[in-house]
Amino acid sequence: MTSPLLEAIALACERDLRLLFEHLELRIAAGDMVQVSGPNGSGKTSLLRLLAGLMQPTAGVVRLNGKPLDEQRRELARNLIWIGHAAGIKDVLSAEENLSWLCALHRPASRDAIWQALAAVGLKGFEDVPCHTLSAGQQRRVALARLYLPGPPLWILDEPFTALDTQGVAQLEKHLARHCEQGGSVVLTTHHTLAHTPAGYRELDLSRWPA
Amino acid sequence: MSVFALLVAREARLLCRRPAELANPLVFFAIVIALFPLAVGPEAGLLQTLSPGLVWVAALLSVLLSLDGLFRSDFEDGSLEQWVLSPHPLPLLVLAKVLAHWVFSGLALVLLAPLLAMMLGLPVECLPVLLLSLLLGTPVLSLLGAVGAALTVGLKRGGLLLALLILPLYIPVLILGSGALQAALMGLPASGYLLWLGSLTALAVTLTPFAIAAGLKISVGE
Repeated sequence: MTSPLLEAIALACERDLRLLFEHLELRIAAGDMVQVSGPNGSGKTSLLRLLAGLMQPTAGVVRLNGKPLDEQRRELARNLIWIGHAAGIKDVLSAEENLSWLCALHRPASRDAIWQALAAVGLKGFEDVPCHTLSAGQQRRVALARLYLPGPPLWILDEPFTALDTQGVAQLEKHLARHCEQGGSVVLTTHHTLAHTPAGYRELDLSRWPA
Repeated sequence: MSVFALLVAREARLLCRRPAELANPLVFFAIVIALFPLAVGPEAGLLQTLSPGLVWVAALLSVLLSLDGLFRSDFEDGSLEQWVLSPHPLPLLVLAKVLAHWVFSGLALVLLAPLLAMMLGLPVECLPVLLLSLLLGTPVLSLLGAVGAALTVGLKRGGLLLALLILPLYIPVLILGSGALQAALMGLPASGYLLWLGSLTALAVTLTPFAIAAGLKISVGE
């Protein structure tokens, strides 16, 4: 596994003429887990979108393995799983159809692997059910099932624990910690205190970067 | 290439599970054409003279109507973010999306058009030209409209803006399409118009996917 090294250098973000943060420095190496925290509207999601290359920073640069993100979109795509607040799950498609499309789009996986991933997130028996009949927590689990497939080392997750029950939260926390211990990296936003954290755990409090 | 086929299949499946989205533009097309004889009177000669323009304007408006929501649900549920971040080229993905949309809405419209044109008194000899001109013209309408849909997808009320942005760009297609039909109606060869339409189709298929992809990137990056 190549170690992804994502760096943010002197990053600034402005939304609607409001400066959310500036001079933000961040280094994410293999094994790191960074929890981005801060009050609502402090720019947590914006920071994640900047790191994933979905948005252009107002100032500063994001680098992957030492080179600017813009020059290596494909390299980034091979290294990254992004699960946003809206996770790209279609209501009218079943859990399996959704997951197999996301796999085809990013990294092909076998049908067996997809069923195993769905079973791992507790959706055994719901594979063929259209997602609009699933609960919010179950829909979240469909999106999170991607993390149980062999895949890229860098995970950027925006509020991954939303709508999950306590057992689901604990399971995901352990899974994220295990991923980091195996040399992966995780950047996530969440408001709750994580019970299971790997050795490389850090918290990035955006309220310390007031503009 | 397989992701292209998979995306077309997925879009087809999505459209089949929401049949209302498919039916709306077709019903709109049929009703607009059915309204004209009521408004201008049942005089056969007048309707026949007007029919090339009527069919084309109605087709153009119904394509535009169907395009407003082209990327909206993908934008809202986060699918577009996944497309932008995938290793596959975004222009290829959007071409698959628009192609699937055209096969299900544009092609259905092309097949419905002869029936409605005959209702307006268009002679049967003109039907091949009508079919060919729509077959060549509606993909251009879909692709150009998708550029506008990509740019306005992030806006709350993008529908009217889409029409203002895109309708002027539809003028060449409208002139060539209805021109071909008028020529056929007068017994003149229509191949010149059809060749021009064909070249517009080739241009649109090759160039607009890049514009659509750029528009989507801007909308996702907002």
